[in-house]
Amino acid sequence: MEEGNSTTMMKLYSHPMSSCSRRVRLALYLKGLNYECINITSIGDPELLKVNPMGYVPALVDGTTVVSDSYAILLYLEEKYPQHALLPQDIMKKSINYQAASIVSSSIQPLQNTTLVHYIGEIVSPDEKLPWAQYHIRKGFVALEKLLANHAGKYATGDEIYLADLYLAPQLDNAINRFKLDMTEFPLLLKLYKIYCETPSFQQIFAEPPQQIDKSLFNFTKPQEA
Amino acid sequence: MTSSVESAKKLELYSYHRSSCSFRVRIALNLKGFDYEYKPVNLLKGEQKSPEFLKLNPIGYVPALVDGDLVIADSFAIIMYLEDKYPQHPLLPPDLEKRAINYQAANIVSASIQPLQNLDVLNYIEEKVGPEAKMPWVQKHIGKGFAALEKLLKNHAGKYATGDEVFLADLFLAPQIHGAIKRFNFDMTPYPLLARLHEAYMQVPAIQDALPENQPDYPST
Repeated sequence: MEEGNSTTMMKLYSHPMSSCSRRVRLALYLKGLNYECINITSIGDPELLKVNPMGYVPALVDGTTVVSDSYAILLYLEEKYPQHALLPQDIMKKSINYQAASIVSSSIQPLQNTTLVHYIGEIVSPDEKLPWAQYHIRKGFVALEKLLANHAGKYATGDEIYLADLYLAPQLDNAINRFKLDMTEFPLLLKLYKIYCETPSFQQIFAEPPQQIDKSLFNFTKPQEA
Repeated sequence: MTSSVESAKKLELYSYHRSSCSFRVRIALNLKGFDYEYKPVNLLKGEQKSPEFLKLNPIGYVPALVDGDLVIADSFAIIMYLEDKYPQHPLLPPDLEKRAINYQAANIVSASIQPLQNLDVLNYIEEKVGPEAKMPWVQKHIGKGFAALEKLLKNHAGKYATGDEVFLADLFLAPQIHGAIKRFNFDMTPYPLLARLHEAYMQVPAIQDALPENQPDYPST
């Protein structure tokens, strides 16, 4: 498992509840790469800005190279540390993985991320937050359910874990647990979610975050509501 | 400019003239020397939901590339497919770090900017907040993304975004900057590097040919 590893310990600036960070942590785990996980919990954290002026998490530091953006980090890891390939060789299956990843990273995640949802709450109304998030997640899930229909095996694009799964697992966790999306119309995605919950590498990543996170920021449903 | 695959069936691109995602792929096809068949899909009229289009591409996304029996949607997936299958005129540099910069720039555009200025979102803002809220919304999100891009590319740009050749980053930047200026009257003053890149892009034939106004479905009036 040490065949492709960095000579100095990699660092990952991450937020434990960020689905983008989770994608990268899954990849690092699958590839058997050691890294120091630095949890960033506030926007504009000076330690992060020093390393990554854009202030985005996740951000990976590998020696003198700094890569931010989960898609870029994943492809960088894939190209530099080829063990446990994240993309299949078959050109069509590879493209299904890219398509699934893009649907999540462009059509879903940016529209349900915490900052944006709270912003919608401010400019429209607090009651709009949940419907807004559910609308966009649902739209993306409709596309994913169709895209993967003829390609899924045990996992999203066959019987092995690939890039698509790294995107789907955190997004499904958000959809189901954070936004309480009704999954009735997405039997394939629900089946995949259940498989992810039983797969040790995914379980690792979905373990409870440290207590110092303000989880109220991620609570979009009101249990006391009549 | 004939590609070695000219003898095979032509590639087909389902595209909308004004879609920046379609624009990205048009540039890629031009750079790789493809004489492809342009299939217009009018997004304003909802043609992406037509039964014919959905039969071909069940997820209903534009752009979509048809290469023989293969149908691929999503601009990034299409471009990576083209790069894999048709290696002429590479769209990514060989150096790992420079590749990573290209991926980052492409994703700032495709995840942080474009999804927040698409039709569905803008209609929602117009309806729920008001027509006067659309511009501030767009300016805010484009501005945030452009500020990040200025920082990202500062130490890497040459004639183009990541050096002296047109690569993946440029395929995403050119349509985004062009659209920001043309559609939203975006003030580029705070973004001098991106403004300079825009001027350079407008001189590149593969990008000029891919401009919305040069597509068969661009309205003639």
